[in-house]
Amino acid sequence: MPIQTYAKLIKKEEIIKDVFKFSVKAEEMVKTAKPGNFIEIRVSNQSEPFLRRPISIFNMNREEGILEFIFQVKGNGTKILSKKQVGDEIDILGPLGNGTFKFEKYNTVAIIGGGIGIFPLYELAKEAKEQGKRVNTYLGFRNKDLVMLEKEFEEVSDKLVITTDDGSYAEKGFAIDFLKKDFEDSSDIENSCIYACGPLPMLKAVQKYALENNINCQISLEEKMGCGLGVCLGCAVKKASSPKDNPEYFHVCKGGPVFNAKDVEI
Amino acid sequence: MNTKINFAGIEMKNPVTVASGTFGYGREYSNFFDLGKLGAVITKGTSLKPKSGNKPPRVCETASGMLNSIGLQNPGVEYFAQNDLPFLRKFNTKVIVNACGSTIDEYVELCKILNTLDIDGVELNLSCPNVKAGCMAFGSSYDGVKTVTKEVRKVLDKPLIVKLTPNVSDIASIAKGAEDGGADAVSLINTLLAMKIDIYKRKPVLANNTGGLSGPAIKPVAVRMVYQVSQAVKIPIMGLGGIMTGEDAIEFMLAGAKAVSIGAGNFADPYVSLKVIEGIEEYMKKCNVDNIEDIVGKVEMN
Repeated sequence: MPIQTYAKLIKKEEIIKDVFKFSVKAEEMVKTAKPGNFIEIRVSNQSEPFLRRPISIFNMNREEGILEFIFQVKGNGTKILSKKQVGDEIDILGPLGNGTFKFEKYNTVAIIGGGIGIFPLYELAKEAKEQGKRVNTYLGFRNKDLVMLEKEFEEVSDKLVITTDDGSYAEKGFAIDFLKKDFEDSSDIENSCIYACGPLPMLKAVQKYALENNINCQISLEEKMGCGLGVCLGCAVKKASSPKDNPEYFHVCKGGPVFNAKDVEI
Repeated sequence: MNTKINFAGIEMKNPVTVASGTFGYGREYSNFFDLGKLGAVITKGTSLKPKSGNKPPRVCETASGMLNSIGLQNPGVEYFAQNDLPFLRKFNTKVIVNACGSTIDEYVELCKILNTLDIDGVELNLSCPNVKAGCMAFGSSYDGVKTVTKEVRKVLDKPLIVKLTPNVSDIASIAKGAEDGGADAVSLINTLLAMKIDIYKRKPVLANNTGGLSGPAIKPVAVRMVYQVSQAVKIPIMGLGGIMTGEDAIEFMLAGAKAVSIGAGNFADPYVSLKVIEGIEEYMKKCNVDNIEDIVGKVEMN
């Protein structure tokens, strides 16, 4: 059940240029939050900026009641957020989303993320690893300046592949090609699942590959959002099963943000 | 201190309601507070048959507000009657259904059904700017508003509120159309037709190109229109547009609104409607107002 709370900022770090990791005290929220859930932050109690900012949960420490999220400074709202100081209270609504990452029934958790889309995948990798799953992680970045969280993902993955589009760091190429290669060599496809979050072209490629090869796949989506609660019906995503001339929609905040890849048309 | 009002025959414990399309059918916000604290809940715009709504993106943020082009997505009146109404009835608040349609016949058929349900009133949506047919098409002229209101009035015994669009040149004459058609009240304003362009893609942000502007950005326009309408009609007014605080609500009431609605503010703060109720009470204490009805229309023009 989502709550609204004022969470104290206890640690703040700029992990790469313009990308901030915030650790906040949010005991109630982390009790019920699951991998894949997100939060919405009101960066100002004034009317500008008006809407909350949806941000995915990166990591949770349930014992200490700590929630961590990472965001890139993109516009006015995230700029204001990035100026918050340790000790400030942040207005957070969450945990949000009913569609979360489900991994219990699989043996192998294949995680693929791109750029700033990698953040919600960390808690998934961590919890899957804790439950004894094999975690293979493939993270793609445009270039070496944008590579982040390598050490963190290494600790929660049995295998970690980092790629850069231009080859300026680690493997050159796209993360999906390395994932494909491992699936081609795999003998346990039915007990494996791909988990993806990242830029739309990457998600489309992953979805296509998974559907064509009958591989289980869950994707975390984003869409412009109003309330985050399923009220405003803003963040619509088309149901794959619905007819073209009379499309039906899920809502990212309520049905998602994580969907089974075969259920949505992106 | 008395915050009770009688709005077009609907007895409310306070003048604060939540606006159509910003509160769903109450379920989500009932996780945050007791809906019984509200004067009334106005439901999501509901049509005769289910509607799936417009293509995304459907919302975007603008200066002190937002645009939406949801396209009246709703599960239809039958689903509402079976699933949402029994839920809303658990709370000690009034239930007003926002009714929308594409043709006069649809409005009439819908209101025939609504007339049989355990609801406290109907808000006729003649003002949604995001659908191809109906709504704002009827709401943009005196004759259109009067005709639909008159036809619906014939089948509806419950209190009838007509929701007006601000996208007209003379809001007072539109309100008169509702009054002359037999409406018990008017509510205003719905959203202002607007557009936002992504300058890098050189395309409108919303898939529908245009959408309705709401939020604090529209409040001064709404206050002005409420005042103008209050000078033109005798029926009570529900005022809305950008209300976030008790002070905002009082401003609308001074301009002539007997009740107010909280809209997009719900998205920014799930507790905003409770804060507005508290703010109204604070104002009443501070300014020695015993009866909230006493301030309605009490603005003194310069």
